[in-house]
Amino acid sequence: MIHAEGVRKRFGTTEALRGVDLDVPGGSVCGLLGPNGAGKTTMVRVLTTLLRPDGGSARVAGCDVVRDAERLRYRIGLAGQHAAVDELLTGRRNLELFGRLYHLPRRTARSRAEELLERFGLAEAAGRPVRTYSGGMRRRLDLAASLIVSPPVLLMDEPTTGLDPRSRLALWDELRRLVAEGTTLLLTTQYLDEADHLADRIAVMDAGRVVAAGSPSALKAKVGGDRVSVTFREAADLAPGVDAVRGVLPGEPEIDTTERRLVAPVSDGAASLVRVAAALGAAGIGVEDLGLRRPTLDEVFLALTEAPVKEKEAA
Amino acid sequence: MITMITVEPPATRAQRLRWALSDTFVIAGRSYSQLRAQPGQIAAELVAPVIMTVLFGYVFGSAISLPGGGDYRNYLMPGIFMQVMALSAVAAATSVAEDMARGIIDRFRAQPIARGALLAGRSLADLSKDWLSLAMMAVCGLLIAGWRPRGTPLETLTGFALLALFGYAMIWVGTFIGLFAKNGAQADAATFGWLFPMTFLANAFVPLEGLPGWLRAIADWNPMSAVVSAARELFGNPGSAAASWPLQHPVTASLCWSLLIIAVFAPLAVRRYRTAASR
Repeated sequence: MIHAEGVRKRFGTTEALRGVDLDVPGGSVCGLLGPNGAGKTTMVRVLTTLLRPDGGSARVAGCDVVRDAERLRYRIGLAGQHAAVDELLTGRRNLELFGRLYHLPRRTARSRAEELLERFGLAEAAGRPVRTYSGGMRRRLDLAASLIVSPPVLLMDEPTTGLDPRSRLALWDELRRLVAEGTTLLLTTQYLDEADHLADRIAVMDAGRVVAAGSPSALKAKVGGDRVSVTFREAADLAPGVDAVRGVLPGEPEIDTTERRLVAPVSDGAASLVRVAAALGAAGIGVEDLGLRRPTLDEVFLALTEAPVKEKEAA
Repeated sequence: MITMITVEPPATRAQRLRWALSDTFVIAGRSYSQLRAQPGQIAAELVAPVIMTVLFGYVFGSAISLPGGGDYRNYLMPGIFMQVMALSAVAAATSVAEDMARGIIDRFRAQPIARGALLAGRSLADLSKDWLSLAMMAVCGLLIAGWRPRGTPLETLTGFALLALFGYAMIWVGTFIGLFAKNGAQADAATFGWLFPMTFLANAFVPLEGLPGWLRAIADWNPMSAVVSAARELFGNPGSAAASWPLQHPVTASLCWSLLIIAVFAPLAVRRYRTAASR
């Protein structure tokens, strides 16, 4: 549904995109992840015809973003970083306005507005000016506005920035529902849990390039598998405890004496945890904390994007 | 499940033209809805010119005598009308900059709206707002300053039309500048900051006879002076001796100035709109 090859964009002397490849199959969710300035927004602007790429090519919903831009604009929905709705007008008037600009007949624009207001729980507030809406309501109206012509592809730039946790969860639910109904979704985010919860595939961007891509679990596996972590109660427990763990785990553990902690890589997850717990219990060793840790996407993110930071520091 | 609605791009040239016109009117309709949502807005914008009318008409005016004779307050009102028109650039710049800052311009640009329709629609709505401002200021002039147009009704109407045309030109100047601003406040500063003083570097409030030569040359060729002189001529209000070509032929000169400004700034603004990025 989205296919980009070697997309480049330069602003003056800064290269915002240095050859971005992206492939998003129909009906899937792609999370574009990266720090500020990585080029996520620029990429979304290229894919939504707001910016002309300097090089490379991109097709969205079967349309070339440069040569077939007009047709493409009837087939995408865009929800940008701001809730791009008119504060002075009512929710209903906003949706009618955007519908008319897709050249829907007046009557269709009106009924579409009602349908979307209903779907996004805004029917009651439909007659109020948007400036009286909460942040979550604005976002929902913004999302509704991007769905007026049933876009097969929806592109969202940091859709939940600035939302409280409840509104965020509600928006995630809406997005999941849309995807279940067949929409292809590309969203940029700085929140790793957002990408983890929503995306089938994640592309990590840094300094204008995609530095890693894959499913959330594949990316986590790339950084390392599960680990068992044990914190001992007393310093004296450390040496016998390490011996007990060595007896049941194949891998070599990492030991932090000041924290009285042991971390060991494991391949069979919870089964190892049970063996470690049994061995420590049998040896009568005092344990303060015991757990199985999976790498979070945060760790993936830092591992993948920290190299260029070091380069910059060295320079 | 949301009902499936799809739209295809226009198939014929005629349909494309119809949709472009429809886009323009839908955008203008948005501006009207905004105006209806804040009915006090126009009145609030006219507080300043009313104060100027009183301040100049009754305070400074008492110390100004016209070289050619005549009533100063009748001399003043065309200048006030012109100032209101010139400052319509400020409102145009502020609102387009606000739309940019809120990402609304991005949404419009990601929609299949005809090229130029957005700015054309806005400018038409602003133009009708200018007519409304002129009508309200004319009533204020009649009531507060004892202003009386002495030309024929057609001449009076032509005078207002020339003022509104100048306002339309300034709307395009403001739109162009507003598309560069980061937010409304910056757009306000980038227009009002030079426009307001410039209305004084003209024959709007004082006769030019007393100005030093170099300043007088600037004021003579200031498009605003031509507009004011044209309005005075058509309203039959007192003017002052004209030494330069634009003020000797003010109707032609103001028409030319306004059309020139539109011819330069409308295409510039449309070009800027197509590439401008929201921040």
